[in-house]
Amino acid sequence: MKTDELTFEEAMEKLEAIVEKLEEGDVPLEKAINYYQEGMTLSKLCGDKLNSVQEKMTQIMNEQGEFAPFEIQEEQ
Amino acid sequence: MENKYLTVAALTKYIKRKIDVDPHLKDVLLKGEISNFSHHSRGHMYMTIKDDQAKIQAVMFAGNNRYLKFKPENGMNVLIRGEISVYEAFGQYQLYIQQMEPDGIGSLYLAFEQLKEKLHKQGYFDQGHKKEIPLFPEHIGVITSPTGAAVRDIITTIKRRYPIVQVTIIPVLVQGESAARSIADAVDLANNLDLFDTLIVGRGGGSIEELWAFNEEIVAESIFRSKIPIISAVGHETDITISDYVADLRAPTPTGAAELAVQSQIELREKIDTLTRSLTRELTNEMRNHQRHLERLKGAYAFRYPEQLIKQKEQALDSFVLSLQKEMIATKKEKETRLLNLYKRLITQHPQKQLEQSKIKLDEKIKSQNYYMTKLLENKSIQLTNTIDKLFLVNPLEIMKRGFSLSYTAGNEIIKSTNQVKANDYIKIKLSDGKINCQVVEVEEESKS
Repeated sequence: MKTDELTFEEAMEKLEAIVEKLEEGDVPLEKAINYYQEGMTLSKLCGDKLNSVQEKMTQIMNEQGEFAPFEIQEEQ
Repeated sequence: MENKYLTVAALTKYIKRKIDVDPHLKDVLLKGEISNFSHHSRGHMYMTIKDDQAKIQAVMFAGNNRYLKFKPENGMNVLIRGEISVYEAFGQYQLYIQQMEPDGIGSLYLAFEQLKEKLHKQGYFDQGHKKEIPLFPEHIGVITSPTGAAVRDIITTIKRRYPIVQVTIIPVLVQGESAARSIADAVDLANNLDLFDTLIVGRGGGSIEELWAFNEEIVAESIFRSKIPIISAVGHETDITISDYVADLRAPTPTGAAELAVQSQIELREKIDTLTRSLTRELTNEMRNHQRHLERLKGAYAFRYPEQLIKQKEQALDSFVLSLQKEMIATKKEKETRLLNLYKRLITQHPQKQLEQSKIKLDEKIKSQNYYMTKLLENKSIQLTNTIDKLFLVNPLEIMKRGFSLSYTAGNEIIKSTNQVKANDYIKIKLSDGKINCQVVEVEEESKS
């Protein structure tokens, strides 16, 4: 699976797994370097996903099942 | 003219006096159900006491309620002693409670307990049935009233924590007769849409009557049916409804539901930073370890002083050879000693001695044999002499010397009977010193007696 196809959740899980593996030790050096590179890519991906995604507008569904923008109304 | 009109205060005062002088209203024993209960921060308790036809406002001041042995709750049936008076500011008569004790349980409370028991038995609350709330939802459906504090709290909290999630409000009635149907339909609709990965179902605080829709069976069933994980958030912390029990996760308040639905963006960023830092730290450590290992290898004694190492080995070899020789000598000595010992033992075992001993024994045997033989011979000789002597005694010649003689026929037969001879026969008589030839004159036969 290519990293840019991952969801945020999958990327976070992979990143955590890689850190855990490195923390356990016993990883051959070449492999550790590969892990590190992959981990840094994932870390950047997660950060980017948090940064780049536009704030989503809250919507409300009407009786016909159609969506409309929703504004919070202050109590009268 | 003006005097005909009373002020509100005067009228209220009048009514209050009327009520206050009535002895029946000074000491009232009342039973009913508590509703709209609130415990003011200054200690007084305000509530409505009601039955199925009427209600009355009531207050229990801190001075009285500090002696209560139970915690009043909505839906609780109580027995009350108090007095009726008028609160002039509101123009409202009310019950001033002096004593209060529980009287069984209220009907709504009873209905709640019964449904709770029933659904519990049917497994609606089983932990095994609870679905996991997604860690990173993409689209949250919020089933609540589109107005009021609850929807506002939910949306602002979600937006603050995790603005990248899509939120859709599915508006429903949250109190009144058709509220339960409205909520149940919305849960089913959300499931049919295949849009949401998390649902929040709830409303703000209220009396037990106002929250009641969330205690209805059809709502519980729709929540139980839902394929989408549901976080429930009904009322305040202390209000727990049937919906809360059935939901996959119960939040104490609407704000709490939003917090449980999404992670904080700030915390997520911190987590990513922490992970990134550990990643770098781990790799750096790894490199450092390898580096140290390499340094240690390079600095090893063997690399620094190779000839020293050989010398040491030489020396070690010498000492090995030395000890080998020592060992050889020792072994040889030991073998020699053993051989000597064996030889000595063998010598002691030489048969010469035995031969000598045997010879001595043999000589002894021969000697004793000779002795016995001599003895035997002597004995035999003596015996022989004796026998000869005896023989002499019986020798017929000897007997003849004593006058006996033997007579023979002419045919040299010894004459033992008269029958053997007749007259005129020639016979010989042998004596010890010769013989006489004779002729028989007569034979006289002696008659046998």
